[in-house]
Amino acid sequence: MTYAFPFSAIVGQDDMKQALLLAALDPSIGGVLVLGDRGTGKSTAVRALAAILPPIKVVQGCTYNCDPTAKGVACPACAAAAAGGSKLKSVEKPVPVVDLPLGATEDRVVGALDLERALTAGEKAFEPGLLARANRGFLYVDEVNLLEDHLVDLLIDVAASGQNVVEREGLSIRHPARFVLVGSGNPEEGELRPQLLDRFGLSLDVRTPTDLAQRIEVIKRRDAFERDPQTFMAAWKDADAAICDGLAKARKRLEKLEVPDVVLEAAARLCTRLGTDGLRGELTLMRAARARAALDGARSVTVKHLRAVAPMVLRHRLRRDPLDETGSGVRVERAIAELFDREVAAS
Amino acid sequence: MTPLADADSSAGLPGETSESRAAELWGRALHAAALLAIEPAALGGVWLRAAAGPVRERWLALLETLLPVDRPRRRIPLNIPDERLLGGLDLAATLQAGRPVAQRGVLAEADGGVVTLAMAERVPAATATRLAQVLDRGEVQVARDGIEAHLSARFGVIALDESGNGDEPPASVLTERLGVVLSLEGLLPSTCTLPPLEELRGWQRDIVSARTRWRHMHADDEALQALVATAAALGVDSPRASLAALNLARMAAALDGRDAVDGEDCTLAARLVIAPRATRLPPQHTDESPPEPPPEPPQDQDPPSEPDPPDNDAEQLPDKPLEDTVLEAAQAAIPAGLLAMLQASLALGRTRSGGKSGATQTNYRRGRPAGSRRGSLRPGVRLNVIDTLRNAAPWQPLRRREAMASGRSPARVLIRADDFQVTRYQQRSETTTLFVVDASGSAALHRLAEAKGAVELLLADCYVRRDRVALMAFRGAGCELMLPPTRSLTRAKRALAGLPGGGGTPMASAIEAAQQLYERLSRKGDSVVVVLLTDGRANLDRNGRPGRAQAEEDALAAARRARVSGMACVLVDTSSQPAAHGQRLAAELGALYQPLPYADPRALSARIGASVAALAG
Repeated sequence: MTYAFPFSAIVGQDDMKQALLLAALDPSIGGVLVLGDRGTGKSTAVRALAAILPPIKVVQGCTYNCDPTAKGVACPACAAAAAGGSKLKSVEKPVPVVDLPLGATEDRVVGALDLERALTAGEKAFEPGLLARANRGFLYVDEVNLLEDHLVDLLIDVAASGQNVVEREGLSIRHPARFVLVGSGNPEEGELRPQLLDRFGLSLDVRTPTDLAQRIEVIKRRDAFERDPQTFMAAWKDADAAICDGLAKARKRLEKLEVPDVVLEAAARLCTRLGTDGLRGELTLMRAARARAALDGARSVTVKHLRAVAPMVLRHRLRRDPLDETGSGVRVERAIAELFDREVAAS
Repeated sequence: MTPLADADSSAGLPGETSESRAAELWGRALHAAALLAIEPAALGGVWLRAAAGPVRERWLALLETLLPVDRPRRRIPLNIPDERLLGGLDLAATLQAGRPVAQRGVLAEADGGVVTLAMAERVPAATATRLAQVLDRGEVQVARDGIEAHLSARFGVIALDESGNGDEPPASVLTERLGVVLSLEGLLPSTCTLPPLEELRGWQRDIVSARTRWRHMHADDEALQALVATAAALGVDSPRASLAALNLARMAAALDGRDAVDGEDCTLAARLVIAPRATRLPPQHTDESPPEPPPEPPQDQDPPSEPDPPDNDAEQLPDKPLEDTVLEAAQAAIPAGLLAMLQASLALGRTRSGGKSGATQTNYRRGRPAGSRRGSLRPGVRLNVIDTLRNAAPWQPLRRREAMASGRSPARVLIRADDFQVTRYQQRSETTTLFVVDASGSAALHRLAEAKGAVELLLADCYVRRDRVALMAFRGAGCELMLPPTRSLTRAKRALAGLPGGGGTPMASAIEAAQQLYERLSRKGDSVVVVLLTDGRANLDRNGRPGRAQAEEDALAAARRARVSGMACVLVDTSSQPAAHGQRLAAELGALYQPLPYADPRALSARIGASVAALAG
């Protein structure tokens, strides 16, 4: 039995933890891209997610984790059952966090003909892949910049449509595949294709903590975990449960939160100033600000929330300017400061 | 383990000779082998830098002796396919049984033991990253060929690195996870003798007892602080190194039969784990001479009876914090080559960030499977058996009935020619653009900025095409590779920003260096285009002596040789008045000639981009 390091025990890296929680709260924000130094706990944070997410209701026995209450998109089996008028039985299940390992073959990612049943019984049956299992959960790609191109293409397509369409080996299947794509990697190993970059709602740059005390704490906790995982997990159980509660409450609040016009306007102005392409930036900015407000327990969404999420929403959406020495993060910060601080000073 | 303690303490003697230094290194290497044998997986493994030869063989033989017999040992060949590395469908068994049978990959087979990675510096980035992921998780996640499984795979990696002769080191994604770093370079077989067999039996017993005890060794806050602070001071940012060092210190204490980690254990851990990864020297020592003094033996082991040379630093009091002792020991253990490099980068005022940034992914890229298509079996194509099986599968009952009807007894799986699926490979031949920038005084510093601007724009182009770039600069003493081939724009920009200007123009050496790199990359199957930015005015000859006439003659000779070697080249003339020098050099190089127009780097970028595309195409 391998244990996952508890989410609440991760030292520092607040931006990364927050981005993951925001995306968990509102999956429509899109995925999270975590780039940065080695050994900063990128994989650890993602693998810890499963333990802190409130469980979801799924149709019993459904491989695609179909939502029993949702209308519309459902897997072929659930759609047929619903059309037949039968009542779907629901069970609670932890949110799936599925790893997409490098070296995975396409057939296991999208799903393929079930070889066993085909060979032994001559039946043509579909064996769902990782995308099916990740439906309504998280799909995690470590070292995403090293993923093979044909798998990247596939992810780009599915992440955009929320549907996995399989046309191979005489099979013709379509099933829901809505997931939060989480990618991590080290930018020194090569960059991401712009199209894939665009699929991520939030992106952040993680750095090794420079504070010595923090570094020591990192080692201490990791060491304690490795020596005695059970005791360590028990010690952090309550803290993890508190995050889980907070998420469940925030999700209720999220439904009622409206984004006032002033915030929308501020989002639009920020995007214009930074020259981001398309509307995706503004839309994500709005959703992320709302999720942030819900997480903070705020009554309404304010410019303050917008400010807090703007860097992670916009950093990877800026046009590249090879002649500009400063990183995109700095450019976003600068634009925020120019746009909002002056207003604060004026008012 | 007294013999090791002896070998190690010889380090503390003043005025040591290189011979005693070698003995010390070998002693530490032996100690490291014993520690690795305790539990290879807990350290991640060893990054062994040594040329193939008797010394390396001896060390490996020792490790082999010390590892328990029942632990698996596996060897990974250079271009191992994923189905053997990670696992997949066992074809023979599948065909025989008539249903899918899984096979375990090498990594899952090595669970509990060690994996030897020969020629680690040549291992493709894809393999290195897969290994790294498995090391992180302690299990192989198989998602291949219709098989899904999580198989336990905890092992140590023995990465044999022969890159000592100037090749790129192994992928940093892998080396970062290998706790112990050992260099056996420069050790002579005569120094490196193994202890007699009876003694090794004693070691084996110690190792067995340490195996059960090491995790319970007490490590106090001081020890932890010493290790983490040392790592921080030497710019070793990843916590993996500190963790491995802590584990190693615990193992050393257990091997020595103690219950707690002491100063000596920390010193050893700093030397074996942290020091070889140093990316900078501790800030407070930058003005001093290179850290010469060997570390004094840790105090708690050492009664003050031992006479200290009086000329030592006055601050070396017996109650000096452990942190400083460990740091000093680590500094003394930084390999000489690394030290020189670090000092050079200090002198230039550049900071390197993030791990061993010299390490990049390996260039070599075999074609990777990219799906399969229906096809016939011709020589040179590779049958994709799994997809073929999938094609054939639905027809089995029908074919069986047919076979029965015609009176033949059917085989378990009936496959016909039109089931055949052949694997498609994506063989991307990579294009590398090698920028060779004249940063000398004659190239006019005021134009260097302009050249940098042009290069950055070209970099952006390269990024769009997913090309790799490399950067060389020449000035004064010679030509320096500022940036080995990379696809990272971030790194390219950083290297360019730190490019200093001034000095003579060693044109001949620059062309030769460019040609060498060109040939090295071409051998790996890349298509390479050299973009040379210079005013064409050489004033240092091939041997670095000043003298314009000889220098130009040498430059033209070098250019002719480069041309013969087939080097594809664009020469960008950076002189303010495009002049005969540049044109003549371009002609000898067989290069496309592009004068740098005054104003617009974008125009230049566009023109060079077109030339490069033409040459690469």
